[in-house]
Amino acid sequence: MKELRLMKGNEAFAEAAIRAGADGYFGYPITPQSEVMEYLMAQKTEERTGMVTLQAESEIAAINMVYGGACCGKRVLTSSSSPGISLKQEGISYIAGAELPCVILNCVRGGPGLGTIQPSQSDYFQSTKGGGHGDYRLIVLAPASVQEMADFASLGFDLAFKYRNPVLILADGAIGQVMEKVELQPQQPRLTMDEIKKNTPWATVGRANGRERNFVTSLDLDSLRMEKHNHDLQAKYRQIEENEMRYEALQCDDADYIFVAYGTSSRLCQKAIQLAREEGIKVGLLRPITLFPFPKKPLEDLSKRVKGMLVVELSMGQMIEDVRLSVHDKIKVEHFGRAGGMIPSPHDIVDALKKQIIGG
Amino acid sequence: MAEFKTNPEIVKPENLVYKRTEMLTPATMHYCPGCGHGTTHRIIMEVIEEMGVAADTVGIAPVGCSVLAYDYMNIDMQEAAHGRAPALATAVKRLMPEKFVFTYQGDGDLAAIGTAETIHACNRGENITIIFVNNGIYGMTGGQMAPTTLENMKASTCPYGRDIATMGSPLKITELIAQLPGTMYVTRQAVHTPAAVRSTKKAIRKAFENQKLKKGLSFVEVVSNCNSGWKMTPRQANEWMVQNMFPYFPLGDIKVNE
Repeated sequence: MKELRLMKGNEAFAEAAIRAGADGYFGYPITPQSEVMEYLMAQKTEERTGMVTLQAESEIAAINMVYGGACCGKRVLTSSSSPGISLKQEGISYIAGAELPCVILNCVRGGPGLGTIQPSQSDYFQSTKGGGHGDYRLIVLAPASVQEMADFASLGFDLAFKYRNPVLILADGAIGQVMEKVELQPQQPRLTMDEIKKNTPWATVGRANGRERNFVTSLDLDSLRMEKHNHDLQAKYRQIEENEMRYEALQCDDADYIFVAYGTSSRLCQKAIQLAREEGIKVGLLRPITLFPFPKKPLEDLSKRVKGMLVVELSMGQMIEDVRLSVHDKIKVEHFGRAGGMIPSPHDIVDALKKQIIGG
Repeated sequence: MAEFKTNPEIVKPENLVYKRTEMLTPATMHYCPGCGHGTTHRIIMEVIEEMGVAADTVGIAPVGCSVLAYDYMNIDMQEAAHGRAPALATAVKRLMPEKFVFTYQGDGDLAAIGTAETIHACNRGENITIIFVNNGIYGMTGGQMAPTTLENMKASTCPYGRDIATMGSPLKITELIAQLPGTMYVTRQAVHTPAAVRSTKKAIRKAFENQKLKKGLSFVEVVSNCNSGWKMTPRQANEWMVQNMFPYFPLGDIKVNE
């Protein structure tokens, strides 16, 4: 049954997580995403579905609670914003190394350091290239609407369990704070202990009579085995690249030029396309929905028939590196962005297209 | 060399007086001869065996000498990041309240890098058991100063002895957490003599039984030796521990709520 509501992105994510059958949320307050835990606490999740909601003493503790819960085959999640996500990197590396499923929301704010509380997209490198220590990747989903904030909560759990890999939802302060119409999915039941034992036989839920003990660790002091583990992880990431790349192409079919943008930037580009086309400039949008895996092939294909690409990011230029790698320098690729919480207008984007790509 | 022959009487089942508990794996422990970790592992596992709760117990290993505790403890276990075991244990217990959940941590793990996780898990009154092995030094990394290194005691990062003026006093974290309303049982034990082992085993049993009461966290410190890190023989280390560690870290119950 369709259920329509007007919600903030952060609230929609929280509500969708409950409905996705989440077992536990562990967080620490930070602007601009504190509504996630506030919403869950107000919902009395323990009474509603049995879901645990706990305010930890730090982001470090919160991600390690997620680690402990994920070891038990539970559907667990956390959320934070840039400085808090930096603190979580140690735990995320352990979770990736131990191959555990979980969902992490980063509602990005401007940096570096304490930076600002306004929206930004300056955590792209951290999100898509690993983030913590070691060779690992997260599956990175980039919502561009309140609807996707809700949809990616359950998609995030599905992918996390399918690949035993942490999933990062890379939103930004604008997507977290804006209110939009959202269609919510019906409540999924939380997994029973029998289902957990069946679906995730590796889970540390107590060594039932007769079974070997389970232990979850990211440690192996034998270098040959650890190298093999790294090869296995890379094979998994290649499989994820093969199967899970998602993107949206908007008005690309007749386009001479392409905007490449995700999240809030892609929303600005939608309006910029309209403005440019009113002036007779045929421009389209390639919106990566997954930032890892990155839509290399669609960009490479587009590069064979368009004249140039403008990468629009709320940063000083991070995703542009992956766009350039995808098109092998065959066409002109330039970056346009604002930083520190500033958001460009669609007119600014059209001007940048004219100046940097068409006239440049 | 003379051939050694086992007296066939000794291996008869009816003459068996001591054996490895099935709750320990057959793996050879990596601990130095004379170290208290092996004894402490064993008595925790004996308690789990005697309570018959192997299928209902999840343990959390730390970073430090006992990082590989999951190789020896024949139960489901998780290996935490340095200092974070109480955070993992918090989630495990909240998500599966019917399980017995314990952490096993050393002094660097629990009282330095993991101080926040320790204090807050205790303060929230998480219904778990923390086993804290305090040997006053970082053993695994090669004998550096720990938060519990005694005054004037030498370690590789305080080669002239711990200087209180610049390095602070040895941290009595057990007394500190006993102040928190969230803890129901806080005790300090040792494993250097048969009597101490029996006393520690009783304390660990009580700490596990307490989880059924749901009245807060139980905390068992085990003051132990590190003969390698202290650069002593096992016997010298135990004597030094009695003479120097026990006066600063006195044994006995610190808090017992019924």
